[in-house]
Amino acid sequence: MAQSLAKEFTKGLWAEIPPFRLVLGLCPVLAVTKSVENGIGMGIATTFVLIFSNLLISLLRNIIPSKVRIACYVVIIATFVTIVELLMQAYTYELFLKLGIFIPLIVVNCIVLGRAEAFASKNGPVLSIADGLGIGLGFTLSLAALGAVRELLGNGTLTIWGGTPVFEMGATFLPFQFMIEAPGAFVGLGLMLCMMNLIGKK
Amino acid sequence: MREMINMIVVLTVLTAFSGGLLAAIQSGTAVKIEDQVLKFQKAPAIAEIFPEATNDPLAERFNVSADGAELQIFPGILADGSKAVAFETKGVGFGGPIGLMVGINLDTDQIIQARVTTHAETPGIGTRAKDDLSFVGQFAGKGLDTNFALKGDNGEIDAMSGATVTSKGVSIAAMQAKELYQKLKPEIIKQIK
Repeated sequence: MAQSLAKEFTKGLWAEIPPFRLVLGLCPVLAVTKSVENGIGMGIATTFVLIFSNLLISLLRNIIPSKVRIACYVVIIATFVTIVELLMQAYTYELFLKLGIFIPLIVVNCIVLGRAEAFASKNGPVLSIADGLGIGLGFTLSLAALGAVRELLGNGTLTIWGGTPVFEMGATFLPFQFMIEAPGAFVGLGLMLCMMNLIGKK
Repeated sequence: MREMINMIVVLTVLTAFSGGLLAAIQSGTAVKIEDQVLKFQKAPAIAEIFPEATNDPLAERFNVSADGAELQIFPGILADGSKAVAFETKGVGFGGPIGLMVGINLDTDQIIQARVTTHAETPGIGTRAKDDLSFVGQFAGKGLDTNFALKGDNGEIDAMSGATVTSKGVSIAAMQAKELYQKLKPEIIKQIK
């Protein structure tokens, strides 16, 4: 049990890390990773939704009729997304303003629905939480990593939390504006995917 | 048949439960969210509407009742000593309600400045209403006898190209502000003194 628990948890961190291995949920990945802070915020919000939707779907998996399962999953996921949205408005309003429309869009993030359909509907609650936590952390790490690359090259800073940069390139550094724009997100993602595949091959 | 009833029951119970849960959380966070909106949306908007106010419009805010609903009024004293008020009205945009904070000079009945506050518009398109000040800047200096409808609707406001629905939402909010102001002005003046 403990072994499979660890397996379900760690698979999300490398073997099935969402944007790079599963190549799912690219819309928020490309849109919000302008800075590390945005990436971490989006990742945490998604992780919260993943854990609770996985838990609830796994608990209800024998009650939900298979013909309306997708509708049920969407109701459950949308409920948790709205909770996240309200909590972010109440406690981290600045971050909410930056992420804006991409928080409600977690509802249609295929990672969340994908885990519900592929994992939580077939496994027990404890394993499902481990799966949600692993995939969610993997997603957060990927967003933070891509955000770091883009922010560092495009803006010359690194902002972990709270709006003040923890690291700044020297005054002689010319920001590579392209990385902050949408095409830069594709290029950054592609290069990171390529590197991960290179490492995975050995 | 049994299966169908089963599906209906499960979906109904699930949606009813999630509705109840969301209602509870919404009422639990409402006060906190109101505070955050005041701090991050209304305060910056008011600072731009009354850049040289000699009083503190936020601290002196008060409510007047309008048709049963409460309207929050921010009084401002301008640099030349004349009195003004700012308040927020809502219009419907592309992604939901758009808040418009309007500052009106009580002596001349002219709009001092207007700013978009809360909104859920499309990034890069409808959000220009907030970020590109040339659109809301049109309201500055206009008297309340102006027709705030868009030019396409025989009004005097230029819509933003590509964002007609957002522009219309802002224009509706402005028209509503005009109507509310005309109705509530006597009561506002009474409360300010």
